[in-house]
Amino acid sequence: MPIEYSIIIGGQAGQGSRKAGLILAKVFKKLGYFVYIYDDYQSLVKGGHNFSQIRIADGPIAGRREKVDMVIALDKKTAEMHKKDLKKGGLMIFNSNKVMDQEGYGVEADKIVKDLGGIPIMANTAMIGGFAKIAGIDWSIIKGIVEKELNKGNNLEIAKAAYDSVEKVAKIEKVLNSKAPQLLMTGNEATALGAAKAGLDMYYAYPMTPASGLLHYFAEHQNDLGVLTIQLENEIAVANEAVGSAYAGKRTMIASSSGGFALFSEVISFTAMAETPVVFVNSQRMGPATGVPTYSGQSDLLFCINPGPGDFEKFVVAPSTAEETAVWSGKLLNWAWQYQTPAILLIDKELSEGTFSVSKDTFQEIKKEKELLWNKKGDYMRYRITEEGLSPLAYPGTPNAIIKASSYEHDEAGLTIETDEALITSMQEKRMRKFEEMKKVADCPEAVAVYGNKGSKTVVISWGFNAGAVKEVSEKLGLKFVQPIVMSPFPVKQMKKVLQGAEKIILVENNAMSQLGKVMAEYGIKADKTILKYSSRPFYIEELESRISKLISKTK
Amino acid sequence: MAFKQAITAMIESGTPKENIVIVGDIGCSSKIADYLNLNSFIGLHGRSISLAEGIKIANPELKLFAFLGDGGCLDEGISHMVHAAKRNANINVIMHNNRLFALTTGQFTAATPKGLKTRSTPEGTIEEPLNVLELLLACNASFIARGYSSKVEDLKNLILEADKHQGFSFLEVLQPCVSFYNNIDFYNERVYCGQNPDLSSKEAAMKLIKEWNYGNEGRIPLGVIYQEKRSSFETETMAGFDKKNSFEKCLQTHL
Repeated sequence: MPIEYSIIIGGQAGQGSRKAGLILAKVFKKLGYFVYIYDDYQSLVKGGHNFSQIRIADGPIAGRREKVDMVIALDKKTAEMHKKDLKKGGLMIFNSNKVMDQEGYGVEADKIVKDLGGIPIMANTAMIGGFAKIAGIDWSIIKGIVEKELNKGNNLEIAKAAYDSVEKVAKIEKVLNSKAPQLLMTGNEATALGAAKAGLDMYYAYPMTPASGLLHYFAEHQNDLGVLTIQLENEIAVANEAVGSAYAGKRTMIASSSGGFALFSEVISFTAMAETPVVFVNSQRMGPATGVPTYSGQSDLLFCINPGPGDFEKFVVAPSTAEETAVWSGKLLNWAWQYQTPAILLIDKELSEGTFSVSKDTFQEIKKEKELLWNKKGDYMRYRITEEGLSPLAYPGTPNAIIKASSYEHDEAGLTIETDEALITSMQEKRMRKFEEMKKVADCPEAVAVYGNKGSKTVVISWGFNAGAVKEVSEKLGLKFVQPIVMSPFPVKQMKKVLQGAEKIILVENNAMSQLGKVMAEYGIKADKTILKYSSRPFYIEELESRISKLISKTK
Repeated sequence: MAFKQAITAMIESGTPKENIVIVGDIGCSSKIADYLNLNSFIGLHGRSISLAEGIKIANPELKLFAFLGDGGCLDEGISHMVHAAKRNANINVIMHNNRLFALTTGQFTAATPKGLKTRSTPEGTIEEPLNVLELLLACNASFIARGYSSKVEDLKNLILEADKHQGFSFLEVLQPCVSFYNNIDFYNERVYCGQNPDLSSKEAAMKLIKEWNYGNEGRIPLGVIYQEKRSSFETETMAGFDKKNSFEKCLQTHL
């Protein structure tokens, strides 16, 4: 039996429940667990209810549970709201100075902090200490983490007093022979690190949840990562400056969320015409329009595949976990430069802001791959017509080269053309030959991941963050699970290959109109059944299990 | 013509030709990118200031000249002009002001005189024109100048002055549109060499700027109107950027 626990920790916005959850995650990591944290908060600075679900197991996980083993309530509302989320026999652990008339295990957190002369926010430290004892975690582990993570004031003293004030109730065991990765990071952080490893030079952004984590991370680490980070007046400026920097030879990435990403769209078309490489990140929220800002959805797939005017190809990649997004943000940056094209990394709120266990080896494999550069012989022409449609790059400042780029249709030298139909046709065909090369590289084995029972005739398909939970459930139910990661150019050959012999295809998506279903249909792949959820929240593991099980039993 | 002469002068005085980049907007003035054998990038309408800023910050060795019309600069892309001025991006913006959209065959812009009949305002425009120089002064633009296309030698010198200035340089070029709004005579009667006795005085600059409010009244001062020495965006940004490439150190924070 796999070992697995789910714990909810919650409080009022501003009470620091997220930070406390992260510290607990480090405790569990030390005990040898894989960790996934789901963060839930509203678009409110103070007064809203925030909570994190920390899910830990002795194997990889990425999805949340409906019923949890423990609830840690920093305030009354958390206890009231999440009582129903407890499994039968689950533990309610609460700050007994804030929550009265509650069954379970109280920690006199406020009193302990007051007695030891701490400040109110340190009640979190007391709750961590109290929880650890109740959950049967050794003091030595808590001590090490509090010393490292909460090294200000008398946090250690507070944690110890709380630890000693309660009795052991349960026992969260250490995982023996743990294979759990050593790093903990959000998908936004993994995206930043993956791109940095592949040679990212510049990052521009205008703030927008849930993409802002990228901006904060780059701004904090710009020197260590060597990524110059700049916030600008709006997404339109962001996108256009990115094109300018790429023209000058700097690897550039920009990010926003749904509506903000929509403001990039004119520039995506521009980069296709100018053949200027830029990586665009879209961290989806639930749309349309402003939508549900701090919650998730998968409703931008079709928009990302068709993001602007004109006939052009682009890369769109939708990873599922922090490890995947690290690898693919690096790969996408390399592809953008190798094919001089717009490239879109499609993630969502859960992947952006959720916290995952990540292996250090993930980053060893990411490398900067070279772009096609001018050999400095003869006259330079930015858009030289070649067999594969790829014209060598040179950057302004290069002696003996005049680099003319344009958003207009242009000749090989980059000059505007309007009257010469034959030339307009051949320039479009030059780009089309490049698109064929892009299709080849996109239809690679890594473009489609396959898990679970490979012999199963029932195949479940899902994509993006969803894939983590769907994979887990498919494996449990003995089904084959297929996850397309590259969405454009669509890896038709790989998909058809892995779907060979499939008798029933179940497609799971976090949107209302089955957008991947529409994409697959274009290539003759039809889902027999779809499971959709569009409440702006991700699936629960239990919910998926029940919905998939129902569909299988009907066919039997 | 004035720009070509200015570029020749720059190259003669030691600027490597490969370090000059022209950024074109969309409009008649932007066609200059196709006419000159220099590095160039024609971007999207209204966005050439952003495009130029992106090139400049990526390689501060380059000299950037962004060419826009009044439509691109004051209608479609005015936010970029405001912010580039505010942050003092070290680029040269040359706005050819012909007082209407000409490439699209004559519609009003933010610079069109009130009452002018255009194809989109057959009864005459009802809006007062925007005084762009007044706006730029409020945005803390560090170099503001006005030239006139008929005064080539003066214009060349203004381009060279703008280039020398370290920071955001804005040069308005009054440029009659012979096809859709020919106001050559109007300009010839009113332009004069405006002397700001103290280039660093906003009050004196404002006085000059207010002599003409883009209507039918007043004299039109030409020349450098305002100049302030202020550290540029690139200088400030690069001073705070100390590339260490310590990826490992960053990973350590996730342990």
